[in-house]
Amino acid sequence: MHKEVADDKNLFGFWIYLMTDLIMFAVLFATYAVLRNNTFGAITIAKIFNPPFVLTETLILLTSSFTCGIGLLYARLRNKNMTIVFFALTFLLGAVFLAMEFFEFSHLISEGNRPDRSAFLSSFFTLVGTHGLHITAGLFWIGILLIQIIRRDITGANLRKLMLLSLFWHFLDVVWIFIFTIVYLFGGIL
Amino acid sequence: MNERGYLRSYIIGFVLSIIFTLAAYIPVLIHLDSSRKIFSSEILIFLVLFFAVAQLFVQLFFFLHLSQEKKPRWNLIFFLSTVIIILLVVLASLWIMQNLNYNMMPGSNINTYIQDSEAIHK
Repeated sequence: MHKEVADDKNLFGFWIYLMTDLIMFAVLFATYAVLRNNTFGAITIAKIFNPPFVLTETLILLTSSFTCGIGLLYARLRNKNMTIVFFALTFLLGAVFLAMEFFEFSHLISEGNRPDRSAFLSSFFTLVGTHGLHITAGLFWIGILLIQIIRRDITGANLRKLMLLSLFWHFLDVVWIFIFTIVYLFGGIL
Repeated sequence: MNERGYLRSYIIGFVLSIIFTLAAYIPVLIHLDSSRKIFSSEILIFLVLFFAVAQLFVQLFFFLHLSQEKKPRWNLIFFLSTVIIILLVVLASLWIMQNLNYNMMPGSNINTYIQDSEAIHK
């Protein structure tokens, strides 16, 4: 009983962090929306938007969110091997997503569309890059937890950390849906 | 909720998320293929935004299990107040900046711009 109360408090504390993070993303979204047309003669979002590429990114991140949930389910059942398999899968999908984003960024920069080229590019790189930074942090977190599980088995403390991690990972998926919609899909429409 | 229930909720959430993603993606793809315009841009914006919000709800319920929380629902309360802050920040920023844009246009353009947007005819 006491442990459950402690878990609830942990989850609530982490939830408060996620909500404040959400406000930060909201500010970046607002900045992007205001600056999206200030391209200063450089590339526009309509040119950056490559539909199949972005859809692949989205589906990869969505699948990683799903495998993360299934991994947590196996952790609850104290099934060590399957927990490791599914969180390793989550890590792999997250890494592929990050590599794709890195490819997109380096492609843009190699063509001279650096963040300092226009107000639009600054806001684009900041918004999408901040999400990518969160994914990077999440990958480190998954890696560390995988090592802990392999070495120490699924303990109460490990399970709690996995719960917080999957909250974080689902949250990043939610933020990405809005990047997908407001940055990329809107870029194709307007 | 037991393990079977969790598994079901993850699978339902995953399938619904894919459906909503494609439902937003495919109309935009058709729109980009300029020979076939089914919807106007304004309608498409609302449609795409609708599916994004729908997917937000799907993930909140089926992945983050926000509806499973015990009373008092602090997580939900905190989430809702965050949504209010986000709406204020985003909508107010857009409103203010649009107004500024309107009022600070360079002299040569301002007259035609005002005439256009206020539907004033010379």
